[in-house]
Amino acid sequence: MLDTVILIVFSMIGLSLLLNLWRLLIGPTVPDRILALDTMYINSIALIILFGIKMVSSLYFEAALLIAMLGFVSTVAVCKFLLRGDIIE
Amino acid sequence: MAEIIVSFLLLLGGSFILIGSIGLIRMPDFFMRLHGPTKATTLGMAGILIASIVYFSFIVEQPSVKEILITIFLLITAPISGYMLIKSAIHHRLESHEGTKGCDNIEED
Amino acid sequence: MRFQSRLSWLPTPFRSLLLFIVWLLLNNSYSVGHLILGAILAIAIPWLILPFREPQPLILRPWLAIRHMLLVLYDILTANIQVAFLILGPVKRLRPAFVKVPLDLTHEMPITILASTVSLTPGTVSAEVYPIPETLAPGELPEQRYLLIHVLDLKDEQELINTIKTRYEAPLKEIFQC
Repeated sequence: MLDTVILIVFSMIGLSLLLNLWRLLIGPTVPDRILALDTMYINSIALIILFGIKMVSSLYFEAALLIAMLGFVSTVAVCKFLLRGDIIE
Repeated sequence: MAEIIVSFLLLLGGSFILIGSIGLIRMPDFFMRLHGPTKATTLGMAGILIASIVYFSFIVEQPSVKEILITIFLLITAPISGYMLIKSAIHHRLESHEGTKGCDNIEED
Repeated sequence: MRFQSRLSWLPTPFRSLLLFIVWLLLNNSYSVGHLILGAILAIAIPWLILPFREPQPLILRPWLAIRHMLLVLYDILTANIQVAFLILGPVKRLRPAFVKVPLDLTHEMPITILASTVSLTPGTVSAEVYPIPETLAPGELPEQRYLLIHVLDLKDEQELINTIKTRYEAPLKEIFQC
Protein backbone atom coordinates (compact mmCIF):
# COMPACT_ATOMS: atom_id res chain seq x y z
CA MET A 1 0.00 0.00 0.00
CA LEU A 2 2.78 2.40 0.96
CA ASP A 3 4.46 2.04 -2.45
CA THR A 4 1.28 3.13 -4.25
CA VAL A 5 0.80 6.07 -1.88
CA ILE A 6 4.40 7.18 -2.39
CA LEU A 7 3.89 7.08 -6.16
CA ILE A 8 0.69 9.15 -5.87
CA VAL A 9 2.39 11.74 -3.65
CA PHE A 10 5.38 11.84 -6.05
CA SER A 11 3.05 12.74 -8.90
CA MET A 12 1.24 15.33 -6.76
CA ILE A 13 4.50 17.10 -5.90
CA GLY A 14 5.69 16.80 -9.49
CA LEU A 15 2.49 18.42 -10.68
CA SER A 16 2.85 21.27 -8.19
CA LEU A 17 6.46 21.79 -9.34
CA LEU A 18 5.16 22.09 -12.90
CA LEU A 19 2.54 24.61 -11.78
CA ASN A 20 5.26 26.62 -10.03
CA LEU A 21 7.38 26.50 -13.17
CA TRP A 22 4.42 27.80 -15.16
CA ARG A 23 4.05 30.75 -12.77
CA LEU A 24 7.82 31.33 -12.94
CA LEU A 25 7.61 31.56 -16.73
CA ILE A 26 4.50 33.73 -17.12
CA GLY A 27 5.35 36.15 -14.30
CA PRO A 28 3.98 38.81 -14.86
CA THR A 29 6.12 40.74 -12.33
CA VAL A 30 9.46 40.10 -10.66
CA PRO A 31 8.05 39.42 -7.13
CA ASP A 32 5.73 36.81 -8.69
CA ARG A 33 8.71 35.00 -10.14
CA ILE A 34 10.60 35.10 -6.83
CA LEU A 35 7.54 33.71 -5.04
CA ALA A 36 7.35 30.88 -7.58
CA LEU A 37 11.07 30.13 -7.09
CA ASP A 38 10.67 30.10 -3.30
CA THR A 39 7.77 27.67 -3.55
CA MET A 40 9.84 25.50 -5.88
CA TYR A 41 12.57 25.32 -3.23
CA ILE A 42 10.09 24.16 -0.60
CA ASN A 43 8.49 21.62 -2.94
CA SER A 44 11.88 20.19 -3.87
CA ILE A 45 12.58 19.64 -0.14
CA ALA A 46 9.37 17.62 0.01
CA LEU A 47 10.49 15.66 -3.06
CA ILE A 48 13.88 14.83 -1.48
CA ILE A 49 12.32 13.71 1.82
CA LEU A 50 9.89 11.52 -0.12
CA PHE A 51 12.80 10.04 -2.09
CA GLY A 52 14.49 9.29 1.24
CA ILE A 53 11.38 7.38 2.37
CA LYS A 54 11.28 5.45 -0.89
CA MET A 55 14.98 4.52 -0.71
CA VAL A 56 14.71 3.75 3.06
CA SER A 57 17.70 5.98 3.78
CA SER A 58 18.01 8.96 6.10
CA LEU A 59 21.06 10.27 4.24
CA TYR A 60 18.92 12.64 2.16
CA PHE A 61 17.95 14.59 5.27
CA GLU A 62 21.15 16.68 5.19
CA ALA A 63 20.55 17.64 1.56
CA ALA A 64 17.01 18.73 2.42
CA LEU A 65 18.25 20.85 5.33
CA LEU A 66 20.85 22.52 3.09
CA ILE A 67 18.26 23.30 0.41
CA ALA A 68 15.92 24.75 3.06
CA MET A 69 18.66 27.10 4.31
CA LEU A 70 19.94 28.13 0.87
CA GLY A 71 16.40 28.69 -0.38
CA PHE A 72 15.53 31.00 2.48
CA VAL A 73 18.78 32.98 2.25
CA SER A 74 18.54 33.39 -1.52
CA THR A 75 14.90 34.54 -1.37
CA VAL A 76 15.76 37.13 1.25
CA ALA A 77 18.84 38.27 -0.71
CA VAL A 78 16.91 38.71 -3.97
CA CYS A 79 14.09 40.58 -2.18
CA LYS A 80 16.64 42.83 -0.50
CA PHE A 81 18.15 43.52 -3.91
CA LEU A 82 14.71 44.48 -5.27
CA LEU A 83 14.07 46.74 -2.30
CA ARG A 84 17.37 48.60 -2.15
CA GLY A 85 19.25 47.82 -5.35
CA ASP A 86 22.00 46.46 -3.14
CA ILE A 87 22.41 43.41 -0.92
CA ILE A 88 24.96 44.61 1.63
CA GLU A 89 24.84 48.33 2.26
CA MET B 1 -1.17 0.42 11.62
CA ALA B 2 1.91 2.61 11.31
CA GLU B 3 1.70 2.13 7.55
CA ILE B 4 -1.82 3.59 7.49
CA ILE B 5 -0.70 6.63 9.51
CA VAL B 6 2.29 7.21 7.20
CA SER B 7 0.08 6.90 4.11
CA PHE B 8 -2.50 9.29 5.54
CA LEU B 9 0.11 11.90 6.50
CA LEU B 10 1.84 11.62 3.11
CA LEU B 11 -1.42 12.08 1.23
CA LEU B 12 -2.40 15.00 3.47
CA GLY B 13 0.98 16.70 2.97
CA GLY B 14 0.98 16.08 -0.77
CA SER B 15 -2.51 17.49 -1.22
CA PHE B 16 -1.70 20.61 0.82
CA ILE B 17 1.43 21.23 -1.27
CA LEU B 18 -0.66 20.79 -4.43
CA ILE B 19 -3.32 23.18 -3.10
CA GLY B 20 -0.65 25.79 -2.34
CA SER B 21 0.66 25.57 -5.89
CA ILE B 22 -2.88 25.70 -7.33
CA GLY B 23 -3.37 28.90 -5.32
CA LEU B 24 -0.20 30.26 -6.90
CA ILE B 25 -1.75 29.75 -10.35
CA ARG B 26 -5.40 30.61 -9.72
CA MET B 27 -5.32 33.84 -7.73
CA PRO B 28 -5.64 37.08 -9.69
CA ASP B 29 -3.02 39.31 -8.02
CA PHE B 30 0.32 38.99 -6.24
CA PHE B 31 -0.97 39.68 -2.73
CA MET B 32 -3.57 36.91 -2.98
CA ARG B 33 -1.06 34.52 -4.53
CA LEU B 34 1.18 34.92 -1.49
CA HIS B 35 -1.40 33.23 0.78
CA GLY B 36 -1.08 29.79 -0.83
CA PRO B 37 2.67 29.19 -0.54
CA THR B 38 3.10 30.78 2.91
CA LYS B 39 0.40 28.69 4.58
CA ALA B 40 -0.71 25.61 2.70
CA THR B 41 2.79 24.63 1.60
CA THR B 42 4.19 24.97 5.13
CA LEU B 43 1.55 22.62 6.53
CA GLY B 44 2.10 20.23 3.62
CA MET B 45 5.82 20.10 4.43
CA ALA B 46 5.02 19.46 8.10
CA GLY B 47 2.79 16.53 7.07
CA ILE B 48 5.47 14.93 4.89
CA LEU B 49 8.22 15.43 7.48
CA ILE B 50 6.11 13.93 10.29
CA ALA B 51 5.30 11.01 7.98
CA SER B 52 9.04 10.54 7.50
CA ILE B 53 9.59 10.54 11.30
CA VAL B 54 6.85 7.93 11.83
CA TYR B 55 8.18 5.83 8.95
CA PHE B 56 11.78 5.70 10.16
CA SER B 57 10.84 5.26 13.83
CA PHE B 58 8.16 2.58 13.59
CA ILE B 59 8.55 0.75 10.26
CA VAL B 60 12.33 0.83 9.65
CA GLU B 61 12.98 1.00 13.42
CA GLN B 62 15.90 3.43 13.32
CA PRO B 63 14.42 6.11 15.61
CA SER B 64 15.00 9.50 14.03
CA VAL B 65 13.47 12.81 14.98
CA LYS B 66 15.81 15.19 13.17
CA GLU B 67 13.15 15.96 10.55
CA ILE B 68 11.60 18.15 13.25
CA LEU B 69 14.52 20.53 12.62
CA ILE B 70 13.38 21.20 9.03
CA THR B 71 9.78 21.64 10.22
CA ILE B 72 10.79 24.24 12.81
CA PHE B 73 13.11 25.94 10.33
CA LEU B 74 10.35 26.23 7.73
CA LEU B 75 7.84 27.46 10.32
CA ILE B 76 10.26 30.22 11.33
CA THR B 77 11.42 31.23 7.85
CA ALA B 78 8.16 31.06 5.84
CA PRO B 79 6.68 34.25 7.39
CA ILE B 80 10.00 36.09 7.03
CA SER B 81 10.35 35.38 3.32
CA GLY B 82 6.65 36.20 2.85
CA TYR B 83 7.23 39.51 4.60
CA MET B 84 10.23 40.32 2.42
CA LEU B 85 8.27 39.44 -0.74
CA ILE B 86 5.25 41.58 0.15
CA LYS B 87 7.54 44.47 1.15
CA SER B 88 9.27 44.41 -2.23
CA ALA B 89 5.86 44.14 -3.95
CA ILE B 90 4.63 47.25 -2.14
CA HIS B 91 7.90 49.02 -2.98
CA HIS B 92 7.35 48.24 -6.68
CA ARG B 93 3.71 49.46 -6.40
CA LEU B 94 2.21 46.27 -7.78
CA GLU B 95 -1.46 46.61 -8.73
CA SER B 96 -3.86 44.80 -6.45
CA HIS B 97 -6.98 43.03 -7.65
CA GLU B 98 -9.93 45.34 -8.30
CA GLY B 99 -12.29 45.38 -5.33
CA THR B 100 -9.46 45.21 -2.77
CA LYS B 101 -10.57 47.30 0.16
CA GLY B 102 -8.34 49.59 2.19
CA CYS B 103 -5.70 50.22 -0.48
CA ASP B 104 -5.30 53.74 0.94
CA ASN B 105 -3.88 52.12 4.09
CA ILE B 106 -0.65 51.58 2.17
CA GLU B 107 1.82 54.38 2.81
CA GLU B 108 4.54 55.36 0.38
CA ASP B 109 8.08 54.58 1.44
CA MET C 1 10.48 44.00 29.99
CA ARG C 2 13.81 42.63 31.19
CA PHE C 3 16.97 42.34 29.11
CA GLN C 4 19.45 40.92 31.62
CA SER C 5 19.36 37.32 32.74
CA ARG C 6 19.55 36.59 36.47
CA LEU C 7 22.36 34.10 35.86
CA SER C 8 25.48 35.94 34.84
CA TRP C 9 27.07 32.88 33.19
CA LEU C 10 23.98 32.28 31.02
CA PRO C 11 23.09 35.54 29.25
CA THR C 12 20.25 34.08 27.13
CA PRO C 13 18.79 30.96 28.78
CA PHE C 14 16.22 30.05 26.13
CA ARG C 15 18.62 30.47 23.22
CA SER C 16 21.04 28.15 25.04
CA LEU C 17 18.27 25.58 25.48
CA LEU C 18 17.39 25.88 21.78
CA LEU C 19 21.03 25.40 20.73
CA PHE C 20 21.33 22.35 23.00
CA ILE C 21 18.20 20.75 21.53
CA VAL C 22 19.26 21.57 17.95
CA TRP C 23 22.68 19.97 18.56
CA LEU C 24 21.10 16.77 19.87
CA LEU C 25 18.60 16.69 16.98
CA LEU C 26 21.31 17.26 14.36
CA ASN C 27 23.34 14.35 15.71
CA ASN C 28 20.19 12.29 16.33
CA SER C 29 21.59 10.81 19.55
CA TYR C 30 21.57 11.40 23.29
CA SER C 31 24.81 9.68 24.27
CA VAL C 32 26.85 11.18 27.13
CA GLY C 33 29.49 12.62 24.80
CA HIS C 34 26.94 14.56 22.77
CA LEU C 35 25.16 15.74 25.94
CA ILE C 36 28.42 17.19 27.30
CA LEU C 37 29.57 18.70 23.97
CA GLY C 38 26.08 20.15 23.39
CA ALA C 39 26.03 21.72 26.85
CA ILE C 40 29.48 23.27 26.31
CA LEU C 41 28.44 24.69 22.92
CA ALA C 42 25.10 25.91 24.27
CA ILE C 43 26.89 27.93 26.94
CA ALA C 44 29.88 29.06 24.85
CA ILE C 45 28.09 30.24 21.67
CA PRO C 46 25.77 32.82 23.36
CA TRP C 47 28.83 34.19 25.18
CA LEU C 48 30.82 34.53 21.95
CA ILE C 49 28.05 36.26 19.99
CA LEU C 50 26.89 38.49 22.85
CA PRO C 51 28.99 41.55 21.77
CA PHE C 52 27.55 41.45 18.21
CA ARG C 53 23.90 41.56 19.21
CA GLU C 54 21.59 44.14 20.64
CA PRO C 55 20.05 42.91 23.90
CA GLN C 56 16.64 41.35 23.28
CA PRO C 57 13.83 41.06 25.85
CA LEU C 58 13.77 37.74 27.69
CA ILE C 59 10.79 35.41 28.02
CA LEU C 60 9.53 35.99 31.55
CA ARG C 61 6.59 33.56 31.58
CA PRO C 62 7.88 30.28 30.08
CA TRP C 63 4.73 28.24 30.78
CA LEU C 64 2.51 30.83 29.17
CA ALA C 65 4.90 30.89 26.20
CA ILE C 66 4.53 27.12 25.73
CA ARG C 67 0.73 27.39 26.00
CA HIS C 68 0.70 30.21 23.46
CA MET C 69 2.88 28.14 21.11
CA LEU C 70 0.45 25.22 21.28
CA LEU C 71 -2.48 27.58 20.63
CA VAL C 72 -0.68 28.98 17.57
CA LEU C 73 0.08 25.47 16.29
CA TYR C 74 -3.61 24.55 16.61
CA ASP C 75 -4.56 27.77 14.79
CA ILE C 76 -2.08 27.01 12.00
CA LEU C 77 -3.82 23.67 11.46
CA THR C 78 -7.36 25.08 11.33
CA ALA C 79 -6.32 28.17 9.36
CA ASN C 80 -4.62 26.05 6.72
CA ILE C 81 -7.72 23.98 6.11
CA GLN C 82 -9.73 27.22 5.92
CA VAL C 83 -7.30 28.75 3.40
CA ALA C 84 -7.28 25.52 1.37
CA PHE C 85 -11.06 25.78 0.96
CA LEU C 86 -10.78 29.48 0.06
CA ILE C 87 -8.18 28.69 -2.61
CA LEU C 88 -10.23 25.87 -4.14
CA GLY C 89 -13.51 27.82 -3.92
CA PRO C 90 -14.74 30.47 -6.37
CA VAL C 91 -12.18 33.27 -6.76
CA LYS C 92 -14.79 35.92 -7.56
CA ARG C 93 -16.39 35.62 -4.14
CA LEU C 94 -13.19 36.45 -2.21
CA ARG C 95 -13.03 39.88 -0.60
CA PRO C 96 -9.33 40.81 -0.30
CA ALA C 97 -8.45 43.83 1.80
CA PHE C 98 -5.61 45.70 3.47
CA VAL C 99 -6.24 46.29 7.19
CA LYS C 100 -4.26 48.46 9.59
CA VAL C 101 -3.99 47.05 13.12
CA PRO C 102 -2.86 49.44 15.88
CA LEU C 103 -0.20 47.84 18.09
CA ASP C 104 0.31 48.12 21.84
CA LEU C 105 3.69 46.38 21.70
CA THR C 106 6.69 48.66 21.62
CA HIS C 107 9.81 46.53 21.16
CA GLU C 108 10.82 45.10 17.76
CA MET C 109 11.19 41.52 18.96
CA PRO C 110 7.59 40.97 20.16
CA ILE C 111 6.33 42.81 17.05
CA THR C 112 8.33 40.42 14.85
CA ILE C 113 6.84 37.41 16.64
CA LEU C 114 3.34 38.89 16.29
CA ALA C 115 3.87 39.55 12.57
CA SER C 116 5.08 35.97 12.05
CA THR C 117 2.09 34.48 13.89
CA VAL C 118 -0.27 36.67 11.88
CA SER C 119 1.39 35.45 8.66
CA LEU C 120 0.94 31.81 9.62
CA THR C 121 -2.64 32.00 10.91
CA PRO C 122 -6.13 32.71 9.52
CA GLY C 123 -6.10 34.04 5.97
CA THR C 124 -3.81 36.97 6.72
CA VAL C 125 -0.26 37.98 5.75
CA SER C 126 1.52 40.78 7.58
CA ALA C 127 2.92 43.33 5.15
CA GLU C 128 4.52 46.27 6.88
CA VAL C 129 5.01 48.02 10.21
CA TYR C 130 4.23 51.75 10.21
CA PRO C 131 5.97 54.07 10.71
CA ILE C 132 8.69 52.38 8.63
CA PRO C 133 11.77 52.01 10.88
CA GLU C 134 14.19 53.31 8.22
CA THR C 135 12.40 56.68 8.02
CA LEU C 136 12.79 57.38 11.75
CA ALA C 137 15.72 59.32 13.12
CA PRO C 138 18.08 57.11 15.18
CA GLY C 139 16.81 56.82 18.74
CA GLU C 140 13.44 58.35 17.91
CA LEU C 141 10.46 56.43 19.28
CA PRO C 142 7.15 56.54 17.38
CA GLU C 143 3.98 57.24 19.40
CA GLN C 144 1.80 54.57 17.85
CA ARG C 145 2.80 51.70 15.60
CA TYR C 146 0.54 50.00 13.08
CA LEU C 147 0.76 46.60 11.46
CA LEU C 148 -0.48 46.50 7.87
CA ILE C 149 -1.94 43.10 7.00
CA HIS C 150 -3.41 41.68 3.80
CA VAL C 151 -6.55 39.59 4.28
CA LEU C 152 -7.66 37.02 1.72
CA ASP C 153 -11.35 37.06 2.66
CA LEU C 154 -12.46 39.91 4.93
CA LYS C 155 -15.76 39.48 6.77
CA ASP C 156 -15.68 42.14 9.47
CA GLU C 157 -12.71 44.46 9.88
CA GLN C 158 -13.30 45.36 13.55
CA GLU C 159 -13.81 41.73 14.52
CA LEU C 160 -10.54 40.71 12.83
CA ILE C 161 -8.63 43.47 14.63
CA ASN C 162 -10.16 42.42 17.96
CA THR C 163 -9.27 38.76 17.34
CA ILE C 164 -5.65 39.59 16.57
CA LYS C 165 -5.37 41.87 19.58
CA THR C 166 -6.92 39.53 22.16
CA ARG C 167 -5.81 36.16 20.78
CA TYR C 168 -2.23 36.87 19.73
CA GLU C 169 -1.09 40.23 21.07
CA ALA C 170 -2.30 40.01 24.69
CA PRO C 171 -0.42 36.75 25.48
CA LEU C 172 2.77 38.23 23.94
CA LYS C 173 2.44 41.27 26.17
CA GLU C 174 2.05 38.95 29.14
CA ILE C 175 5.02 36.75 28.12
CA PHE C 176 7.44 39.67 27.70
CA GLN C 177 5.83 41.79 30.45
CA CYS C 178 5.74 44.99 28.44
